[in-house]
Amino acid sequence: MSSVIAVVDYGMGNLRSVSKALEHVTAENQRVVITSDAREIENAERVVFPGQGAVRGCMQHLQDIQLEAVVMKAAHEKPFLGICMGMQVLMSRSEENQGVDCMGLYAGVVRAFANDKSADEKLKSQMQDLKIPHMGWNKVSQKRSHPLWQDIKDDSRFYFVHSYYVDPEDEGLVAGTTEYGIDFVSVIARDNVFAAQFHPEKSAHDGLQLLKNFCRWNGQT
Amino acid sequence: MALAKRIIPCLDVDNGRVVKGVQFVDIRDAGDPVEVARRYDEEGADEITFLDITASSDDRETIVNVVENVANEVFIPLTVGGGIRTVDDVRRMLNAGADKVAINTAAVFNPEFVREASDKVGSQCIVVAIDAKKVSAEGEPLRWEIFTHGGRKPTGLDAIEWAVKMVDYGAGEILLTSMDRDGTKIGFDLPLTRAISDAVSVPVIASGGVGTLDHLADGVIEGHADAVLAASIFHFAEYTIHEAKQHMADRGIEMRL
Repeated sequence: MSSVIAVVDYGMGNLRSVSKALEHVTAENQRVVITSDAREIENAERVVFPGQGAVRGCMQHLQDIQLEAVVMKAAHEKPFLGICMGMQVLMSRSEENQGVDCMGLYAGVVRAFANDKSADEKLKSQMQDLKIPHMGWNKVSQKRSHPLWQDIKDDSRFYFVHSYYVDPEDEGLVAGTTEYGIDFVSVIARDNVFAAQFHPEKSAHDGLQLLKNFCRWNGQT
Repeated sequence: MALAKRIIPCLDVDNGRVVKGVQFVDIRDAGDPVEVARRYDEEGADEITFLDITASSDDRETIVNVVENVANEVFIPLTVGGGIRTVDDVRRMLNAGADKVAINTAAVFNPEFVREASDKVGSQCIVVAIDAKKVSAEGEPLRWEIFTHGGRKPTGLDAIEWAVKMVDYGAGEILLTSMDRDGTKIGFDLPLTRAISDAVSVPVIASGGVGTLDHLADGVIEGHADAVLAASIFHFAEYTIHEAKQHMADRGIEMRL
């Protein structure tokens, strides 16, 4: 009996890379399944929740195929890895698409780089020169130890492509930050949940190491 | 700034093989795409771009297979360009494992296609490739125009205005090629690169003319490019990607080493 790693498919973007990268690092008895089947997700040993595109479409698709509750449940129960948009929709709300309510697992807002309301004038002018999307390899500063950081050096580079970032209310959630004009939260983690703004499946050796760590993680910190 | 500038080796793919033409003639065979991509990944390439130069559009399956095979083994961002004309083409490439598609000629003939594609799959997946050529005479203010058909057909479109328009239509990145420099090994057209890069809010990849490692660094420092693309200097092992990145870092550029 193999244990299943479910990659949640809710119609947002290409999941092939995520599943191929996971297959590259799975243990002998593990199997990667791309699925939108609620029962399969419930029965999985661990869940990967990716996503790309715009937030309104993401939330809409998730609700249309009635997966929101299933994903929420998984995020309370088993090793759970959010990636990119899959991290953002865990928050209460996003500023994208004129404001969209998200899943609300964590209190906090997803903000745009360009119009950060908390920014002072000096910061705003700094941000003006930045290219959006934030695209490319940037450093992730590890804010605390975590099983998923095993064998990954602090300040390693990962591949990012996004225009919005999460701003959680509880600083205790922050497991990694990255500098792009401002220091933004690039990784959050609590209990059995780890979620990253970058794409581990596109981040070469260190990305694969993180996925490997996830495949072996028992969900404890 | 902690974000690294990127080096992107470009693989021109013809009928499933990597080739590199010098100004679109004299094509030399340079290897199996999966092998080449794997080597570049090991050397530290930040992304890989494939340009499908297969002339006949009935052989589209070949490039799809190339992308699938590479994406199964190489875990860095992949871009595919060449002959992308419909949203279906875009989806096929993304489903095969590409992270971005580069749209070139089709954008010129039908700008709405860029808007449609970026609406469907997100701007982050859409690169608009711009082939520009200097059209101003000696002594006149610099001006570049968009050309199609491998630099043979002028369109009358001003390159800077076109780049701004494409970003407005949803391009998440601009791949800028100087047709005057492509294949010449005398360096990027730096004034062109700088003019486009400063005019748009999205990242710009400089392409066309790289012959030395200093050319790559110049593209970033003087051309303000966010990424630099080169083909032949890497294919024929004149330099490794790692040497190129080290050289750029030595010139003070933030790189992933």
